[in-house]
Amino acid sequence: MTVKTVFSGFGGQGVLLMGYLLALTAMRQGKEVTYLPAYGAEMRGGTANCTVVVSDGPIASPVASSPDYAVIMNNPSLLKYLNVVRQGGVMLLNSSLIHSEMRRADVTFVDVPVNDLARELGEARSANVIMMGAYAQVTGVVQIEHLSETLAETGLGKKPEVLELNRRALTVGAEAVAKATQ
Amino acid sequence: MTKKLMRGSHVLGEAAVLAGCRYYFGYPITPQNEVPEYMSRRLLEVGGTFIQAESELASINMVIGAAMAGGRVMTSSSSPGISLKQEGISYLAGQELPAVIANMIRGGPGLGNIAPSQSDYFQATRGGGHGDYRCIVLAPASIQELADMTLQAFDLADKYRNPVMILGDGMMGQMMEPVTFPEPVDPAKLPEKDWVLDGAKDRPQRIILSMLLDPKILEAHNYKLVRKYDAVRENETAWEMTDCDDARLVVAAYGTAARIAGGAIRRVRQRGLKVGLFRPKTLWPFPAKPLEELSHRVRHILTFELCAGQMVEDVQLAVKGQAEVKLYGRPGGVIPTPEDVAHQISHYYYGAHLDEEGPGGGA
Amino acid sequence: MKQVFARPKSLKPAATHYCPGCGHSIIHRLVAEVIDELGIQERTIGVPPAGCAVLAYNYFDVDMGEAPHGRAVAVATGIKRVLPDRVVFTYQGDGDIAAIGTAESIHAANRGEKITAIFVNNAVYGMTGGQMAPTTVPGLVTTTTPGGRQVNRDGAPLDLTQMLAVAKGAVYLERVAVSDPKHIRQAKKAIKKAFQVQLDGLGFALVEVLSACPTNWKMDSITAWQWVKDSMTKDFPLGVIKDETGYDAGPETEAGDDR
Repeated sequence: MTVKTVFSGFGGQGVLLMGYLLALTAMRQGKEVTYLPAYGAEMRGGTANCTVVVSDGPIASPVASSPDYAVIMNNPSLLKYLNVVRQGGVMLLNSSLIHSEMRRADVTFVDVPVNDLARELGEARSANVIMMGAYAQVTGVVQIEHLSETLAETGLGKKPEVLELNRRALTVGAEAVAKATQ
Repeated sequence: MTKKLMRGSHVLGEAAVLAGCRYYFGYPITPQNEVPEYMSRRLLEVGGTFIQAESELASINMVIGAAMAGGRVMTSSSSPGISLKQEGISYLAGQELPAVIANMIRGGPGLGNIAPSQSDYFQATRGGGHGDYRCIVLAPASIQELADMTLQAFDLADKYRNPVMILGDGMMGQMMEPVTFPEPVDPAKLPEKDWVLDGAKDRPQRIILSMLLDPKILEAHNYKLVRKYDAVRENETAWEMTDCDDARLVVAAYGTAARIAGGAIRRVRQRGLKVGLFRPKTLWPFPAKPLEELSHRVRHILTFELCAGQMVEDVQLAVKGQAEVKLYGRPGGVIPTPEDVAHQISHYYYGAHLDEEGPGGGA
Repeated sequence: MKQVFARPKSLKPAATHYCPGCGHSIIHRLVAEVIDELGIQERTIGVPPAGCAVLAYNYFDVDMGEAPHGRAVAVATGIKRVLPDRVVFTYQGDGDIAAIGTAESIHAANRGEKITAIFVNNAVYGMTGGQMAPTTVPGLVTTTTPGGRQVNRDGAPLDLTQMLAVAKGAVYLERVAVSDPKHIRQAKKAIKKAFQVQLDGLGFALVEVLSACPTNWKMDSITAWQWVKDSMTKDFPLGVIKDETGYDAGPETEAGDDR
């Protein structure tokens, strides 16, 4: 089983961290992983994206020409990946910022208003962690508690108060999606 | 030691430090800027020396000096920068100095682009600079192998007093993969070098040079190098064969191309195609002998490279006309998918009637 | 009996390959005398250039490591950074240090590399047969400036040492000549000081030595050395170009020096 996910958004939205958190968590669960960030001139325009591959066996290519999942944090990223995600794939959209009606019939779309949820939580910068909660809930590639463990044990969220906030953010994201898909 | 998730450029740097490398001289160029960045910080921690030089020329010449003085030393760059370093690499070879040079290849020629490529194969394996020499060229196909080969590179450089090149590509420099590092080497415990320039105290003067004006003496030096290269070929040639026992077609690929080819082969094997992978781990010396032996059994070889076709010439030389050699090359920084490669394999396989019964298929 | 004159220990008993009237032999001797006097022969490493002095390792009796053309200070940087307690000097010509090696020179000086550079300026490419150098003075005929160097066509002579003065890490820069005994004594003092700067760990030190190339200038030796004094010094005036050593001038300074 090999799962390819792209994460895309503005620089500063924590897009690369989302990918890193997924790859690190999956590795800690004994999976094969690759993490490939866009680099050089591609990242100078203020957009950022990365590709994470999680697999039970050897990974041939860290590139995703047709990813299974796309985590889309802004409008330009939706344009970029709308026709790239594979048939039957899932796109998680940051509906706080994405108002475009562009959709595909053969892809499942999950709206998560992560910026609004982050504000409600009291920490605007937790939007990306909320999205990871939603991602875990929708895809099952990793478990919420494993993401939480990674945050606790790898220095990604060292301080206890930051850790607690991140835990809550993961839960908020997961619950938002659980509600939306009920 | 524990498994870490690390970027290739950082892994290269960390493995060098673990190998006892305490001197790094470099110049920024994408896609390997993270190597000098990492070394600037890491060498500070271990009491080493990092210099961001004014150019690739200066940095390779600092490497020459550090090697003369006996230090374990490395530089890294990407294609255009490696072209600039060629003068110094030729001197390293002529002066028989150990050094490690990493090339995270990008698309070329000229400024090209910053996407991953394998288009510097000729430059790396044919010497690259002027004169009659070879670099030992290692081609890792994963981040773990990048770590292992970096440690090996320093030992090979010291053992043969020869420059060793680690040939990666932009993707290998940028991507993260799990890696487990080996135990660190204590630089103080490395074998003593009895040829370094450290001041003629209680011994005669030492001279390190490559200029030998008398043709007979230079010829003798050239043949000395040739004997050294023969020894490297004899002792250090490395390769890997996967699924080759029953194969009717073998894909020859190295580095990033080899891992993509591996994925393609797993796909076509599921459909019953008898296809194997031949992966050179040393590009110079090229594993010509095992490939030739393989070509006695497997009459069809598809060379897959991320360039317009360079290693394919070594494949052709190796098999001595005993096998048909075809090329699937993707230059310009394009990374084909395993599906693309699987398609090429299938096309060749069925086109040559290899699915039909009989030894070696339709050969 | 008291010995009053001998070959310096740091110079091998070898006849040099230099042309009659060439200044390299004198400059070699001065460097070797300084190495002897400072007692550093056993810990000195020299970096000869590509150029007429490429064979300097046959004359100096210290460890020597050959550098590609123009890259001597970069090679010296590498050596010195590995062995900071050794004394590392480069010996370079004008084409080496001021044309192909300009970038290396400026940046080694700017980093304040603790090395000593001996820069021999004879206004011409010697070993390759007399082509124009960056320091060729206007009007001088070379094999690539027939009719003489023309500033509007070939550019003006480049004063590298003056350029290096703006580099913060350069602490001692002086231009001397080996045109007569008095100037030779002055040159030796400067060379000694440039080594002392390194021993004291102050930074980058360079001595530019004006020298003659009678062969390529197509002059006899006497005319050539007179020409160094009369003509070369117009474009390359002698004297200290930069001195941030903080050393006392000391009793050795000759009052009324006409340089």
